[in-house]
Amino acid sequence: MSDATISSAPALDLEAGRAGRRHLISRIVIYGLLTFFAIIYLMPLWVVFFNSFRPLAEISANGLIAFPQSFRLDAWPQAWSEFCIGGQCAGMQRYFWNSIMMVVPATIISTAMGAITGYVLSKWKFRGSEIVFGMMLLGVFMPGQIALLPWAFILGKIGLANSVYGLVLVHCIQGLAFTTLFCRNYFVGIPDDLVKAARIDGAGFWRIFYRIILPISPPILIVTVIWQFTGIWNEYLFGVVLNSGANQPITAALVALSMSGTTVRTYDVMSAAVLIGALPPLLVYFFGGKYFVRGLTQGAIK
Amino acid sequence: MSSAGYAAMAGGNSFWEKLKSWTPIFVIAPAVVASFVYVFVFSGWTMYISLSDSTLLPTYGFKGLENYASLWANRRWGVAYSNLFFFSGIFVLTTMAVGLLLALLLDQKIRAESFWRTMYMYPLAVSFIVTGTVWQWLYNPTGGIQFLVQSMGWTDFEFALTTDRKNAIWAIIITGIWQSAGFTMALFLAGLRSVDGDIIKAASIDGASTFRIYRKVILPSITPIFLAVAVVQLQSAIKTFDLAVALTNSGPGISTTFPATYVYDLMFQRGQIGEGAAAAMMILAALAVVLVPYSMYLGWRRRREVVHV
Repeated sequence: MSDATISSAPALDLEAGRAGRRHLISRIVIYGLLTFFAIIYLMPLWVVFFNSFRPLAEISANGLIAFPQSFRLDAWPQAWSEFCIGGQCAGMQRYFWNSIMMVVPATIISTAMGAITGYVLSKWKFRGSEIVFGMMLLGVFMPGQIALLPWAFILGKIGLANSVYGLVLVHCIQGLAFTTLFCRNYFVGIPDDLVKAARIDGAGFWRIFYRIILPISPPILIVTVIWQFTGIWNEYLFGVVLNSGANQPITAALVALSMSGTTVRTYDVMSAAVLIGALPPLLVYFFGGKYFVRGLTQGAIK
Repeated sequence: MSSAGYAAMAGGNSFWEKLKSWTPIFVIAPAVVASFVYVFVFSGWTMYISLSDSTLLPTYGFKGLENYASLWANRRWGVAYSNLFFFSGIFVLTTMAVGLLLALLLDQKIRAESFWRTMYMYPLAVSFIVTGTVWQWLYNPTGGIQFLVQSMGWTDFEFALTTDRKNAIWAIIITGIWQSAGFTMALFLAGLRSVDGDIIKAASIDGASTFRIYRKVILPSITPIFLAVAVVQLQSAIKTFDLAVALTNSGPGISTTFPATYVYDLMFQRGQIGEGAAAAMMILAALAVVLVPYSMYLGWRRRREVVHV
């Protein structure tokens, strides 16, 4: 009896040690893989970031992927206000402001319209409102190519051809399906009794919206604003087809810049230009990450 | 109860009260009309153009299916859709595999999870244009990855995808995977986290290994997520445009033409609006082939769940 207990103790120890070792190995594998992927993911960002501070001569000599050996800021002001794109030498600033002028009103208007449409489709249902919702949803899947000719025609008719305001209109209507979907699905979760009680107390359509719905909506409004902002800022097809020259948004300007392959490629200035184009959505991502991810997963699964 | 019913209950039957009960309808009318025009009138219009004799400008002489016939007879369209099949297959499967691997790694109670997650997902905030431009530099044989490896001593290393007709499609595939594996990861991770903790606990008390728990308990219970991720990835593959423009601009030659880039080319570079509209309708049809059965399946599953409850 006693012999058995004595002999089993070290065996247990051995087993615990083996389990511990296996645990350690699996941890090393896990963190090793995570690091491997992290390097692959960070490499391109690292390349543009450092190349925007390296002199062009150094980039040509040591390649694009290399540790920086000197540091200068010249590329940034050049990219912002001097760089030539398609014969115009005024840098990215013009296109940056075009994108701002497009994205700010389009985001605000499409979010506001989506919130109100979602409010009606969830709390003021009428006969056929489910069908209306289902048909609006089809807009989520419409490929942009289908809408190109109609938009070109309509914007031409109403005098918004080749204008940033034309793009605002396009993005407001294109975004409606998403903003309505997000808001409607969130409002469905608000108890109907809350709205009913307010109605019995005599509150009307707008009062309920301002007093009951809006105060509990910031989470979904943030998700929607972030989704619209990044989506519209990053959009390329409409920007390049419907606008030209100095009226294009920044994505179209970036393509024009990297296609102009006739001269020597100024990778330092181009890196700064690319970062200027990527910075606004990246900032939104780093500061609103949680909401950004929530929008992604909700937009996909629903 | 309908909004009109509430107004009647409140006892108001004056014109003003009646009008008030219509407020919700008035309020959403512009948005609903705009969406309907966007979805139905726009696609109907493009469909009509695809059946017309339009070339440089939209014209409305009826030509039947001729545009479709000449589209399908075109060698470049052949390249476009075979590229799409090849790209979609590899893109969907690989983004799912990498995304699932990352999600499983992140699910191992690791330190600073949100730090790792942030790194894998930042490309999602950036446009395909930005990603494509930067990767185009990395693929550049005289400055990018090939140059780096060669300068480290492996002098006959070759990695020049974007200048090679046969392999240029791989440049788009690799960059596409890099950009969107973080997205599939987020969806899978959300799925893994939604599995009932009690079932997992019960299985581990029964002595099942972590591997076994994943294989037998967790992964089977998130099969709907696999399907959802596959559908979402497939529909984004069908729409591939920005990446192909920024990385290779459909080249070298026509080797990386995609349906969406060909639509652009037909409509705005070659002045063949009718045939371009036909190609756009084919993209819409491809999306419908993927999404209609999927939404029917979702509807069927929801009804079944209701019956079960």
